[in-house]
Amino acid sequence: MDLPWEKGRFAMLAAAAKGRRLRFAVSCAATLLNVFFYFVSPQIIRVTIDSIIGLQAIEKPRALVALIDALGGVQALRDNLWICVTALVAAAVLTGVFNFLRRYYGLEISEHVAQNLRNQCYKHIQQLPWEWHVGSQTGDIIQRCTSDVDTIRNFIHNHFIELLRIIAVFAASLAVMFSMDVFMSLMSLALIPVILLFSFIYFKRIVVQFGKADEAEGDMQACTQENYTGVRVVRAFGRERFEVDRFKGKTQKYTDIWVGIGKMLGNFWGIGDAVTGLQLAIVVGAGVFRCAAGDLTPGTFFAFYTYCNMMIWPVRQLGRIISEFSKAAVSAGRIRDILSAKPERDPEDAVSPEIKGEIAFENVSFSYGGNTVLKNLSFTLKPGKTLAVLGATGSGKSSLVHLLSRLYDLPEGSGRITADGVDIRDISRAHLRKSVGLCLQEPFLFSKTIRENIAATRPDASLEDVRAAARTACIDEAITSFADGYDTIVGERGVTLSGGQKQRVAMARMLLAGTPIMVFDDSLSAVDTETDARIRAALKTRTKDAAVVIISHRTSTLMQADEILVLRDGEAKELGTHAELMALGGDYRKIFDLQGSVADELEEDA
Amino acid sequence: MSYYEEFDYNKPMSLKVWAKMLPFIKPHGKQLAYCAALMTAVAGIDIAMPLLLGHAIDNYITPRVSDGIWPFLAVVTVMVILQGVGVKLFVSTALKVEMKIGRDLRDTVFTHLQKLSFSYYNQTPVGYMMARTHSDTSRIGELVAWGMVDFAWSLIYCLGAIVAMFIYDWRLALIVCATIPPLALITWFFQKKILVINRAVRKLNSKMTGAMNEGITGARTTKVLVTEEQSLKEFSAVTGDLKRRATRMIFMRSVFLPLVLFVGSLATAFVLGYGGYEVMFLGVELGVLTIFVQYAGSFFDPVQNIANILTEFVSTQANIERVTGMLEQTPDITDTPGVIEKYGDSFSPKRENWEPLIGEVEFKDVTFMYPDGKENVLEHFNLKVPAGSYIAIVGETGAGKSTLVNLVCRFFEPTQGQVLIDGRDCRERSQLWLHSALGYVLQSPHLFSGTVRENIRYGRLDATDEEVEAAAKIVSADKIIAKLEGGFDALVGEGGDRLSTGEKQLISFARAVLADPRIFVLDEATSSVDTETELLIQSASAHLLRGRTSFVIAHRLSTIRTADLILVVKDGKITERGTHKQLLRAKGHYYELYTRQFEEDAEKTVLGGA
Repeated sequence: MDLPWEKGRFAMLAAAAKGRRLRFAVSCAATLLNVFFYFVSPQIIRVTIDSIIGLQAIEKPRALVALIDALGGVQALRDNLWICVTALVAAAVLTGVFNFLRRYYGLEISEHVAQNLRNQCYKHIQQLPWEWHVGSQTGDIIQRCTSDVDTIRNFIHNHFIELLRIIAVFAASLAVMFSMDVFMSLMSLALIPVILLFSFIYFKRIVVQFGKADEAEGDMQACTQENYTGVRVVRAFGRERFEVDRFKGKTQKYTDIWVGIGKMLGNFWGIGDAVTGLQLAIVVGAGVFRCAAGDLTPGTFFAFYTYCNMMIWPVRQLGRIISEFSKAAVSAGRIRDILSAKPERDPEDAVSPEIKGEIAFENVSFSYGGNTVLKNLSFTLKPGKTLAVLGATGSGKSSLVHLLSRLYDLPEGSGRITADGVDIRDISRAHLRKSVGLCLQEPFLFSKTIRENIAATRPDASLEDVRAAARTACIDEAITSFADGYDTIVGERGVTLSGGQKQRVAMARMLLAGTPIMVFDDSLSAVDTETDARIRAALKTRTKDAAVVIISHRTSTLMQADEILVLRDGEAKELGTHAELMALGGDYRKIFDLQGSVADELEEDA
Repeated sequence: MSYYEEFDYNKPMSLKVWAKMLPFIKPHGKQLAYCAALMTAVAGIDIAMPLLLGHAIDNYITPRVSDGIWPFLAVVTVMVILQGVGVKLFVSTALKVEMKIGRDLRDTVFTHLQKLSFSYYNQTPVGYMMARTHSDTSRIGELVAWGMVDFAWSLIYCLGAIVAMFIYDWRLALIVCATIPPLALITWFFQKKILVINRAVRKLNSKMTGAMNEGITGARTTKVLVTEEQSLKEFSAVTGDLKRRATRMIFMRSVFLPLVLFVGSLATAFVLGYGGYEVMFLGVELGVLTIFVQYAGSFFDPVQNIANILTEFVSTQANIERVTGMLEQTPDITDTPGVIEKYGDSFSPKRENWEPLIGEVEFKDVTFMYPDGKENVLEHFNLKVPAGSYIAIVGETGAGKSTLVNLVCRFFEPTQGQVLIDGRDCRERSQLWLHSALGYVLQSPHLFSGTVRENIRYGRLDATDEEVEAAAKIVSADKIIAKLEGGFDALVGEGGDRLSTGEKQLISFARAVLADPRIFVLDEATSSVDTETELLIQSASAHLLRGRTSFVIAHRLSTIRTADLILVVKDGKITERGTHKQLLRAKGHYYELYTRQFEEDAEKTVLGGA
């Protein structure tokens, strides 16, 4: 399922709540019933006080009169007061049950939405083009996928579900109060607009302060983070005192802001409580006059007092909910930004031809970030052959690799790349990538076991297959020397591998995938020359039929390739066998000679 | 890592743990007492309100008279306003106390961390220290202030209301009081359950964040391996787990609240039944009945509060132990009282007693093992470095090249033997004395958020703007700085992340120049910078090396060749030493490293490129 981000934030959230419509309906119905029974209790108390304990005749509603008659009339109830108690308990049980249903079904939606948003973001990010990843900051994306999702979840959890109830309570209060006594109702509502307005204005103001506090907190935390990570600099310059003073300044600022917020909060709660108290006092005062005039019964008076109390609290909550709503809306927008980025999509007619490994670059030009990185590059590579690429940093080597596995797409009109004669832009990405093995200088290993890492593309591979691949990459021995062997977990929670070990595990991973095309992008840079030679020898037998691209600085590695491509500023300067290029006497020859001159340097001294 | 995972606390209440917080709470004792007094007043008014309503019902509503209502309403209004004032004062005071306790704790933790040794920093993840400094301290402050306030109010309300009820009608009072034990039990039971689930949820939440992080940082690999589906499946398993647990918590909470509310309603119902009977047949007044109806429903709040606070007092012990655990860590490296007496400590140095530092460094029979290590990385190591010489240290990443530098800087001290500075054991002088004469440029240069100017001035705090700019000019950082928006006043971002590695490195060179150190330590950057910056960096480092005792952890050929002495490190140990030519001739590990470097350089020389 893809969330319809195009339709706006709320449609997106509504879609994330998909499958929860029934539960939502149950929650809404339960809210209504909960409020209904919640409101019945004061009525039972009112009737009990007025007509059962007191002597007021019951006139309305008719149903109630009929019910009491059926129970044997007022006198019977006077003798059996437990019936009223039972009614009250029953109302309480029903209130409780519906409150449970309301909350359980309502709150579960918040978790459902959160889970859907998280999964959707994750899935979407996996599908976004590599270019998007390069241009985005990991910390920012993570924050959107976690904190922003949490903000939305909390809003639904704490406020949205309550909002439903507040509306129900408010509506029910109005209905019940006005049906009992219009004048008393107006009196009970006298200060409500004041409370509402005060709450709105206050929350608008305090949100600003919360923003400042967040900023100060971020500032303070950044200061600590920098100090802890930069401890060497602090100590090396002997700046402990300076750091402590600076930190204290920041904590003081943060504290001051919060103390200021404390004053605002104090005013809010203090004034809010006082106004609430005054509202209740107005009800008492008005009630006394009405009773004195004979227009109100004690039971009804007490009911008004209770309803007014029941209504005020939710009203005071409303301001908070509004401000939380705007926070949630901002978060939804931030998530929407991620979902609206365009993912990689194969066209309908994408093909999945058999790829044996015949690659051809035909007049390929490519620019990235305004710089031309490849110019009119052409070469071919056949299965079973090896192409070596030599070029300094920034000469377009990595672009070549990225283009081949379509991490970047070649725009129309800038040449074409074919695999077994088919333009790779017509091939489905997944199919192409399953055919191109990539081994990078700084490989990424997942924090799983080594075995799972090597068998990433073939989770069902036997341990023997995994080990065979590891042996070719000359890493089996190192792995078996770990206490947990192939079940050793890589990364923070487990063993930290050295750069060379990581490279070799990644190489085993590629070998196990057994792709017809294999690219080694400076992938043995952290391995010593001896092991390097051993690996290359082992590779030769294993990758017999594969088309191999090797990118390296070492002419000793490069010279064994069937063809050597020398790149300079994105252009193919030289292309040929080792012998041909040596005879040519160009750049390759120069590099070869220079690299040999370490030996010369020695002889000079001797 | 398991050591640093948040461990669970199921310990009983321990006053011993809390006693450790006394020094932080004591200064706010007066404010806390003030809060308690306010809470007493507020609770008193809360207790009085139902009584006032009962009075109104008995004296005005039931007899249907309005005489004397105005003075009554005046009393109510005054009380309501007093209530408002009380609430205002306690909210702002409690928050003030919360923030100040938090601030004092944070300041103390931070200051203490400035004294702890590198062995501690090396073994402790920054996230762990951050959590100790911020979340744990906030939590303690919050609980002390608000826990006290809530506890005081709840206790006084309960006691006061019980007394009031017994005065009015002991039978009805018994009915209401009967609900308190079940309320307490239910709350206690659920709170414990919720606490456990909450912990599980938090753990799963951080697992989810970790998985999200890996999904994003490993996106390229996932793409290349075409394992998107598998990856999403694994992630969904984590979010599924998280949701299941969270839903369980929702279930508990959804049961809990209606249940306690129900107990309150139950009390109301019985009060109405028995109270109604009393009114009808025993002549008890209606007002009394309404008083009890109001009290009956009001106990769940304070009871829940008290149960809550008791649980939190126990769970906050974990926060306290984490903070005090850190404060009880003693630094491995300290100056002796005698040294502090003469030279002062890091916070109040006695610079007038400091001898000038010349820069001769000698390792005398030094044996060294890292505190968390298993074997000696140096054994009976001897090396004399005359002032002004230039030592290069080479080796593969992670081979342990920083060991010597750590000893020279006295970030660590030898297990055996001595490091002599200007002929005297470095322990005879204060750490700050040595550090003040030290210049250090890190491999991944560390800047602090703020302006470029502030960062350079970090080298010497009293430097004028002109001196800062002159320092930048010396290392040719001025051109690069001029290109930044705002020049010297450009903001560098958190950790300097708005600048490139090359820019950061040049600025940290300028910072070192300003400090004008006698001993200079340079950890060369391995990451590639563009050729132009690279040239600037090389000339800057050449400038800094001149006339100072220098230790360079080297990655570049140009630096290596001119060194007075090269030390080669392999697997943590110094395996070769000598000049460039001597080592090449030996054809050992250095030869291998040098050749590899040379190949890359050859390629660069011929093909150029960034």
